[in-house]
Amino acid sequence: MSALQRRAIRLAMPWLTLLALLVLWEVACIVFHIPEIVAPRPTRVFEVVIQRWDLLLRFCLETLWTTLIGFFLAIGFGLLLGLAIGASPFIYSGLYPLLIAFNAIPKVAIVPILMIWVGIGALPAIITAFVISFFPIVVNVATGLATIEPEMRDLMRSLGASNREILVKVGIPRAMPYLFASLKVAATLAFVGSVLSETVGGNRGIGFLMLSASARNDSATTFAGLFAIAVMGVGVYAACALIERRMTRWAFRGELVR
Amino acid sequence: MPSPPLVELKNVSLAYGEGSERMLALGDATMSIDDGEFVAVVGPSGCGKSTLMKLVTGLLPPTGGEVSVRGQPVTGPIKGVGMAFQNATLMPWRTTRDNIMLPLEVVEPHKRRLRANRAEYIARAEALLASVGLGGFGDKFPWQLSGGMQQRSNVCRALIHEPQILMLDEPFGALDAFTREELWGIMQALWLERRFTAVLVTHDLREAVYLADTVYVMSRRPGRIVKVRTVDLPRPRTLETTFEPAFVDIVHELRERIQQEHAE
Repeated sequence: MSALQRRAIRLAMPWLTLLALLVLWEVACIVFHIPEIVAPRPTRVFEVVIQRWDLLLRFCLETLWTTLIGFFLAIGFGLLLGLAIGASPFIYSGLYPLLIAFNAIPKVAIVPILMIWVGIGALPAIITAFVISFFPIVVNVATGLATIEPEMRDLMRSLGASNREILVKVGIPRAMPYLFASLKVAATLAFVGSVLSETVGGNRGIGFLMLSASARNDSATTFAGLFAIAVMGVGVYAACALIERRMTRWAFRGELVR
Repeated sequence: MPSPPLVELKNVSLAYGEGSERMLALGDATMSIDDGEFVAVVGPSGCGKSTLMKLVTGLLPPTGGEVSVRGQPVTGPIKGVGMAFQNATLMPWRTTRDNIMLPLEVVEPHKRRLRANRAEYIARAEALLASVGLGGFGDKFPWQLSGGMQQRSNVCRALIHEPQILMLDEPFGALDAFTREELWGIMQALWLERRFTAVLVTHDLREAVYLADTVYVMSRRPGRIVKVRTVDLPRPRTLETTFEPAFVDIVHELRERIQQEHAE
């Protein structure tokens, strides 16, 4: 097998795997006579996707927006808080236990509270997406800062650098790969958050569409919604991965010098 | 009348931790380093050599005794220091040139002048790189360089702001023997040209004798200075020098003193 063939197969692998799974699913549905309400055949789901394309797109875009707004808020606040926690032992010991406690709370539990506070609509979904994707960003950025080599710190201090200079010149660049690694996790979590909020109680977004479809026993549309969320998740993940490559090329040196 | 020493340590000791966990890392060290002198500190591993260096630069306050630089007691990190460690600690996100220019972004007066005189400083960095045989490598990233090249860049970074005191903490320790010996020559050439004061911490006795004017031998933990040996071999020393009887005798003498430490 030539190197080119090998590469082509590697690129095709995810698609082939997906195709194989769908075929398996389709065959299983037919062979075991599974009723559509339990699990619709993939071909049936695609049929619905094509039929209700404009409807799906509209609800998807609503979800995408709320997710992205929540995600960007999480990046902003997560970065700030991560830097603060990583840079100051006092802030670390003060806030870290609280953050862990807060992260342990199932986010389903806070959606009803949010609705009492801010009503229904986009806002609770944005807040849930924010809250759920915030934690991994904080932890990773703080880790990036906390693991500065002691020698590097000594070197900067011996040059007379202030703490702020150490943070700007060493800490922040060093935390960047950690930030981007966390973004890939946080991006998909943000979708979990917004869809969760839309499903628990909302009047918009793909979560609401899925909920109302399943209330009408329209599982094909529910599954079409699931597929749509998965596609959006992969899309945002890929965007994060691309930006990561651009911004922290040096962290991928192993692949570059190969 | 002799000029006062640049760096003076009087009965300096340092203990880490408190209470029952208190551990003496360095006990009762007295040293005096003259302006422009090349000093080496050798000793068994874990004897507090690196601690000594942190004390001299003011990164750590001593728990006993007094450190003074130019007659002034040291209370915080002193000015005009360059440091190079065994681990090159170059920043992977910066090119080699930008790495070397790091001190210029932090140390006055360069920090103030850098923006307006960037071209001049870049030329200085390139000249320094060329003087250690790294001409043309400024645009490469540190991870594209070999270990020896990284360590040369490390030394360049420690020297770019023309510090009065250069602190070297086993800078050649992780290199292979050939590269290490090559870097001794480069280090000596830099020192002969610029005549900064240098403190080299090492466990390589040949390295110490090759480079230093004075070698301090430390005991096992808690580290004490048990021997001071002046090396009066003519400079520039070459690899040939290291095979001459006078050189070998000094190395042997130091070796015996350290052996004694291990025997106890």
